[in-house]
Amino acid sequence: MTNTASPRGLTRRQLLSSATAAGASFVIGAGFIASPNAAWAMETTHLDPQVFATLVQMARDIYPHDRIPDENYVLAVKGYDNADAAAGITSGIAALDAAAQGRGHGSYLGAGWERDRVDILRSMEDSAFFQQIRGGLVTGLYNQKAVWPIFGYEGESYSKGGYIERGFNDINWL
Amino acid sequence: MAAPFDLNDDSVVVVIGTGAGGGVLSNELAQKGVKVVALEAGGRYLPDDYINDEWESFGQLAWTDPRTTSGDWRVAKDFSGLPAWIVKAVGGTTTHWAGASLRFQDHEWKAKTTYGDVQGANLLDWPIDPAEMDQWYTKAENKLGVTRTGGREGLPGNNNYKVFEKGARALGYKEVSTGRMAINSAWNDERMACQQTGFCFQGCKWGAKWSAAYTDIPRGEATGNLEVRERAHVARIVHNEAGKVTGVEYFDADGNLQLQKARIVCVAGNSFESPRLLLNSASSMFPDGLANSSGQVGRNYMRHMTGSVYAVFDKPVRMWRGTTMAGIIQDEAKHDPSRGFVGGYEMETLALGIPFMAAFLDPGAWGREFTTALDGYENMAGMWLVGEDMPQETNRVTLNHDVKDQYGLPVANVHFDDHPNDIAMRNHAYKQGIAVYEAVGATRVFPTPPYPSTHNLGTNRMSENARDGVVNKWGQTHDISNLFISDGSQFTTGAAENPTLTIVALAIRQADHIAREMSAGNL
Repeated sequence: MTNTASPRGLTRRQLLSSATAAGASFVIGAGFIASPNAAWAMETTHLDPQVFATLVQMARDIYPHDRIPDENYVLAVKGYDNADAAAGITSGIAALDAAAQGRGHGSYLGAGWERDRVDILRSMEDSAFFQQIRGGLVTGLYNQKAVWPIFGYEGESYSKGGYIERGFNDINWL
Repeated sequence: MAAPFDLNDDSVVVVIGTGAGGGVLSNELAQKGVKVVALEAGGRYLPDDYINDEWESFGQLAWTDPRTTSGDWRVAKDFSGLPAWIVKAVGGTTTHWAGASLRFQDHEWKAKTTYGDVQGANLLDWPIDPAEMDQWYTKAENKLGVTRTGGREGLPGNNNYKVFEKGARALGYKEVSTGRMAINSAWNDERMACQQTGFCFQGCKWGAKWSAAYTDIPRGEATGNLEVRERAHVARIVHNEAGKVTGVEYFDADGNLQLQKARIVCVAGNSFESPRLLLNSASSMFPDGLANSSGQVGRNYMRHMTGSVYAVFDKPVRMWRGTTMAGIIQDEAKHDPSRGFVGGYEMETLALGIPFMAAFLDPGAWGREFTTALDGYENMAGMWLVGEDMPQETNRVTLNHDVKDQYGLPVANVHFDDHPNDIAMRNHAYKQGIAVYEAVGATRVFPTPPYPSTHNLGTNRMSENARDGVVNKWGQTHDISNLFISDGSQFTTGAAENPTLTIVALAIRQADHIAREMSAGNL
């Protein structure tokens, strides 16, 4: 994962001109996905970028937090972009797209409303693939220190002397 | 420092496990001049090593060797390979524990007499007079430096406690305080006062919370009578033709099988490993496992009735700041069958960080119902519910011969079904916990299911008659006079209270007994 806009040295403008939109959240090019404004981009090595983009959207739909940016969801699932996991992910995403098509959408990413995508996920939530992705996200997403401040969580406190003088009992609205 | 003892020294007491039971017992014996070899499966971690990070600390300290589960408890579905959240390290789970240090209520020593026959429950009275325990509890409280005992001040309440206390008072609860905690409120026993850091479950980096790892263990070692062997995983206890135990086979840190001879063996590996070890020690003389003529080894597993209630408010609480277990409501701990169940429960504040909240708030849940709950994390307060559960013969630890650990030994399978009394108590506790928070204006509440067990009790229970249990009132097995059980597995019943103080009190008492019997030539 990189939050620079330049996979393989592309400029932001070159990157966007070489990519196609995938759903609302991503643009996809040859071997990479990026945010539409190219605020972040990630190269994939084993997963097709379209598959990876679908996986990222699936991750957000499983644990949707509107204040968490896409790049944290990308980080949460980028570990699947490897030789061992790629085949299973690709077939799982194919099943997801097939389920979407069975409901009249072009693909999972093509389903514009979250509720439509969630319906698709509900239809396969007992599958090993869904449980693999959901289970991995519990640590893959919520154990990222970068998302903790979004929840207000302050993390490690020993090095700051604990909270004895930093508000352990500062509640003022009771 | 401790002089090492020879493997062939058959005059030593071998203690298996170094937690609240084994760690305390080892030190108490060493202080009395008894030579002790303590075998600890885990490594040694001290306050400098502890980590203020939930998953990283879990990776450092938790016992994650394979175990299997069965039964209708939700843990078997959500955490099928992790029935308990306990520690594999010198000091055992005293590294992880919250510090709540409560005495049993007198009637809880006599559950069968007090509660009468409860269908499906295998209730029994402890063969111990509650009046006798007063002196041992006092020794334990002084050893642990328990607040609100022995003239020690209580801890100050944090934000999570203040919300909890206000709700409790609004409901008319009277027994509400920051509790009796083995966490220093002032400098005590060469350890500093609590700095309200949070992360009590991850090991106290200040040493303000009592743990055997940095109190009893080094003090025992300083006598020269205690040798702690780290990363020594016990495989079986061996015996002679007379049916007396003679030593302990263990895998050392390099994976080599060793045999330490012993005059006496004391087992304190927590309520899964202790019965597993007795069962894995089966021989031609004891085909059902050691000390198992009653067939009760592994049975009557108790884990306390537990659950949690979290609540979100319209303003911040920041419950993670400060002592993890920061206060208690004890009004529901009494035995009052008019509530629809026997026994009682405690309500104790609890906080988890975001990583563990995501894992434990509603395991398996997803979608916005779940994520909006976490979005309210900063405004969340939380409590843990802990009460007496019913011993049942069918709730038991058995050997799973289909699954082996890293040493090729069959692992423990833990079977647990809730008793109807447990369910009735949990539902009552959820209702009261929710009422506490709604009285302070909670906008949303979460009756959260039990976590992997931290209070594991009863799988080698104490009984007056040999047919009813595994050990007598001293923790000495009914069948083998020089084999003792020294952990929570000897609990006859669980009572409502967090068990550590009672485990420590029983260990001090057992050390006194063993030393006396050794001197008298009876052991």
